[in-house]
Amino acid sequence: MSEGIGVFGIFFAAIFTSNILLTLYLGMCSFLAVSRKVKTAIGLGFAVIFVMTATSALNWLVYYYLIKPYNLDYLKYIVFIIIIAAFVQLVEMIIERVSEPLYIALGIFLPLITVNCAILGVSLFMIIRNYTFSQSISYGLGSGVGWLIAIVAMAGIREKLAHARVPKGLEGAGITLIIAGIMAMAFMGFTGMMGLS
Amino acid sequence: MNKKIKKITLSNLISENPVFVQILGICSTLAVTNVLKNTVVMSIGLVFVTALSNLTISMLRKWIPTRIRMMVTVLIIASYVILVDMILKAYLPEVSRQLGPYVGLIITNCIIMGRAEAFALNNKPLLSFVDGISSGIGYSYVLLIIAFFRELMGSGTIWGIDVIGSWWVNWSIMVMAPGGFFMLAIFIWIVKGVIIKDPEELKKI
Repeated sequence: MSEGIGVFGIFFAAIFTSNILLTLYLGMCSFLAVSRKVKTAIGLGFAVIFVMTATSALNWLVYYYLIKPYNLDYLKYIVFIIIIAAFVQLVEMIIERVSEPLYIALGIFLPLITVNCAILGVSLFMIIRNYTFSQSISYGLGSGVGWLIAIVAMAGIREKLAHARVPKGLEGAGITLIIAGIMAMAFMGFTGMMGLS
Repeated sequence: MNKKIKKITLSNLISENPVFVQILGICSTLAVTNVLKNTVVMSIGLVFVTALSNLTISMLRKWIPTRIRMMVTVLIIASYVILVDMILKAYLPEVSRQLGPYVGLIITNCIIMGRAEAFALNNKPLLSFVDGISSGIGYSYVLLIIAFFRELMGSGTIWGIDVIGSWWVNWSIMVMAPGGFFMLAIFIWIVKGVIIKDPEELKKI
């Protein structure tokens, strides 16, 4: 299938038709926890885009030049997660320098990018689908942008929702999941355009 | 000691349940809940990894430097996940193929990391082991309930066996992504609206 659609096709499919959050449920933890304010959501979203693109490129290189030739396929999980963890550390240091308020706002969620399933998920999907290097980068970037769109849209809705009366028992996570479900249905409307297997 | 074990188990299963109280770790596993069989396999793998990584981390807790503890924890978890992956590939190749990357994604399941951070690093090995098993089970039974209804309504089957009959029109939305979100939301709604009514419990989320 990787022959069929080009780099741009993968980019747009990763944002809309195969949105990593709304169709694959990856990255839910931080999605539910950090989607209360639009500003923090944007910050985390951009951090995710950066880490996702960079790690998918790095992991592709490591996988095809180190792991594959030496037949160490079973080690890929460990190698991928180490690369991701190191990268997150880097992003954390950069954000700490550049924007103090953002650093305080994101707080404990920055280290949690390491365990953000979406980042590892992108690396694993690109291996399973046999993407080329450029396809992997566009898939990483597209997934990151898709994640940002989803979390920012959710944060916008939740800001309005703070003033609404939600049925008892549905406050917090419950209503967020229902909104996510409706968003996922909306994104399913794009399915006809193109698809990723 | 026994009392403590009982207390930990109960709180992990109900009052501190990872899914509907702490809302942790829904990421990697919700995706496989459209088929009951895959969910069972995935849950067993998850309980195994949670229990053993908690045990290992707890045994090593005095030697793990605090600065790099995240790294160490992730590595320990990843090694157990590799084990699970290999076992699945060897004995259940078909299920392993269907699960695809989701087995590997157990590594990033927030529950395992969360239990390691919150419990295993400060408690004795036996207690941590019990904590790992019970939070794994507390997580799995919620997923199994969700998977049961998703498969039943989405494909009219349970464990691949047709149970409803031909009059039932499959709700294909149930096997697709939105179905998972809706089912989990409804589950949380029922649990928090009917079973746990204590407002203190609700405030924590």
